[in-house]
Amino acid sequence: MFEKGGKLEKFYLLFEAGETFLFSPSETTKARGAQIKDAIDLKRLMMTVIIAMIPCLLFGTWNVGHQHFIAVGELNASEIDKWLVGLKTVIPILLVSYIAGGLVEVVFVIIRKHPLNEGYLVTGMLIPLVVPPTIPLWQVALAAIFAVIIAKEAFGGTGMNVLNVALTARAFLYFAYPSQISGEVWTYLGDKTPVDGYSGATPLALANQSITSGESVVTTLNSFGAGWFDDVYSFSNMFFGFMPGSIGETSTLMCIIGAAILIMTGVGSWKVMLGVVLGAFAMGNLVNVIGANPYMDMPAYYHLIIGGFAFGTVFMATDPVTAAQTEKGKWIYGIFIGILTVIIRVFNPAYPEGIMLAILLMNVFAPLIDHYIVQANKKRRLKRATV
Amino acid sequence: MSQIIKLKRGFDINLAGKASNKVENPSQQETYAIKPSDFIGLKRPKLLVEVGDKVKAGQPVLFDKVMEKVRYVSPVSGEVTDIVRGKKRVLQEIIVKADNQETSVQFDKFSVSDIANLDREKAIDLMCESGVWPNIIQRPYGVVANPETSPKAIFISGFDTHPLAPDYQILLKDRKKDLQVGIDILKKLTDGIIHFNINASGEIPSEFSGLAGVQFNKFTGPHPAGNVGVQIHHLDPINKGDLVWTINPVGVAQIGKFFLEGIYDSSKIVALVGSEVNDPRYFNVRMGARINDFAEGNVKNDNVRFISGNALTGTKVSSKGFLGFYDSMVTVLPEGDQDEFLGWILPTTSKLSFHRAFGLFSFLNQGKEFSLNTNNRGEPRAFVQTGVFEKVTPMDIYPMYLLKAIMAEDYDEMEELGIYEVIEEDLALCEFVDVSKHEIQDILRHGLELIQNS
Repeated sequence: MFEKGGKLEKFYLLFEAGETFLFSPSETTKARGAQIKDAIDLKRLMMTVIIAMIPCLLFGTWNVGHQHFIAVGELNASEIDKWLVGLKTVIPILLVSYIAGGLVEVVFVIIRKHPLNEGYLVTGMLIPLVVPPTIPLWQVALAAIFAVIIAKEAFGGTGMNVLNVALTARAFLYFAYPSQISGEVWTYLGDKTPVDGYSGATPLALANQSITSGESVVTTLNSFGAGWFDDVYSFSNMFFGFMPGSIGETSTLMCIIGAAILIMTGVGSWKVMLGVVLGAFAMGNLVNVIGANPYMDMPAYYHLIIGGFAFGTVFMATDPVTAAQTEKGKWIYGIFIGILTVIIRVFNPAYPEGIMLAILLMNVFAPLIDHYIVQANKKRRLKRATV
Repeated sequence: MSQIIKLKRGFDINLAGKASNKVENPSQQETYAIKPSDFIGLKRPKLLVEVGDKVKAGQPVLFDKVMEKVRYVSPVSGEVTDIVRGKKRVLQEIIVKADNQETSVQFDKFSVSDIANLDREKAIDLMCESGVWPNIIQRPYGVVANPETSPKAIFISGFDTHPLAPDYQILLKDRKKDLQVGIDILKKLTDGIIHFNINASGEIPSEFSGLAGVQFNKFTGPHPAGNVGVQIHHLDPINKGDLVWTINPVGVAQIGKFFLEGIYDSSKIVALVGSEVNDPRYFNVRMGARINDFAEGNVKNDNVRFISGNALTGTKVSSKGFLGFYDSMVTVLPEGDQDEFLGWILPTTSKLSFHRAFGLFSFLNQGKEFSLNTNNRGEPRAFVQTGVFEKVTPMDIYPMYLLKAIMAEDYDEMEELGIYEVIEEDLALCEFVDVSKHEIQDILRHGLELIQNS
């Protein structure tokens, strides 16, 4: 029925996608060429990335509930209640992201006649993890559709995109609907009212404000929340993630677990991750020396735990298609992302978060970095010719 | 000056079904074939025989109109029973039914001192006429060498690191005299060095020790350390305009024997290996032997694939098919043509992988022998994962960029990225580990043809 000439011929690729989801295909190798093949395939690779994201997803879901009850003053809420609030908030966003983006992918499979690629399995989960829990669902859908069409399919689909698709979705929301993605949106309140003295400011926002207020960032963070919940932004809370933020971004520890999974399985590049951390750390120390405003005085290692830095480093910067593709290039790519993140954060009062824009900018420059590395290879070859 | 080179990048594929040291005679040896498809560069083949003709061993049956001097000859004497053509009348096989008594075309014999006095032109003429010339392959392009040219050096790889590859010590037992004469002849063909590359993790093997006129170099490392292309890259890289020749030690011995005894001797020891073989061992056969002549009765079941050559670079043949000219092994693997439920995510230790993604645990078991089937393990996709090809290519080449240049048919880019330095076997491991299941060897051959014809 789905084969050529059958009634539903147009939908053959979709049928094939479903079939290969359940069963590994039975195609054998061709008569000439490698007769045996490695057991890996793209589906398994993508599943590994999803598994690496699960700690962030699970913790983030629980944390949405946890922050909810802190904000409304019910500090004795049960764990089950926290999970219920979290699931009630996160699952709709996940579903909308997968369905909206998935529908676009399916449409392109039919139009372009290329097989349904597994890339969206990862993107569909990344998008919910980088948006606040209060994001309107229609915005999630719009962002997913925009990102898949403009950032991915317009370039040729999985493996051909220049920009990170999930970050494009977030950037779209940031610039098109700024009021739902910045400000006091990071804690899900539901129908309830927050306690007296509650403030929904994030560490990034507070650090940003310190440029004008003149107060030391660490002091501001440590004293934040006094009266309604002490130590919201203490160093350990920020590291473990017990604070408001985008759903998956808050916990540096969960991101480190994800990084370990990606590095041990060889799926994510440790060179990119280490480069980003080193670049940010170096730039953070450099601006400490310049010290023109309190944000610059913030200790460099604080950059690693506030905002979406950890999440972006582990899951966004390491996307193999949009990162630099040569091994040497990955170092340069990572280090520049780290440097740019800190620059955007401390020098520009308009953008509290730098990692998203830094990664998108370096996505554009990654081919240039690779170009010079490959040029060097070509020059070495020519040099051998003249010796 | 002898070199010792340690290579780190690469991957050894440990398959089940290694051959024991037994060498046997097969039960029947009746039908043989010359397969023009074995010779990649054959541009315009012209037949010299027809069905029903009687031929002697060593009698020319084919030549290439573009390189008329080189003759391709029959491995045995007998009658031409069939000429098999494929699509568009492409010559596929010239099948010869062997006589009981073999008659060969007779050439002059040379003693060792005669050979020292033999001049280059005469040696080349004799080799081309007799059918031993196609043993010599040129790089770049990996085609049969042009006898009108002269290379800057000749390279011989004395060890084979492909999966289940046969041991040259068995293939060339007691052939040292032939090897030496072969090398003496090869010395006349080039002003440069003859490099003889051996596996450094041991002494120079007994069959090769004491060979004069060559520079021994030692290589260690995982596959593809035994690939002559990799060795060339580290000893004397091929640049644009360079020409080198490569030859298999079995070919060297055949050349030597031809000059010493004046006949084309197509006899060959071949290893029958693979997980589907009951008793993997060696057989005394001849070039172009029918697979079933020695494989029949030795194979576990019917749903298998016969590969003339090794599992990475060989060619699929049917059981009634014939051994390739350059091959000294036949690999028999299970066909992987079954669907597997959730095969892409279930954890597995029995499937071999270079990667360590979720559920792939073969890296924990380094010494294990795997029984791999021919399943493609996934569908073709665009390039996604990066950095993997470089890990299995011990050369200063970026394989992914080279492949993309070929797919874009960008001639300048292909040249600059080193297409002259590789042929299919050098990138075969990339094809094995590729997550996106590209047909890399096909793509590379396409690129080589583009450049050759440009």
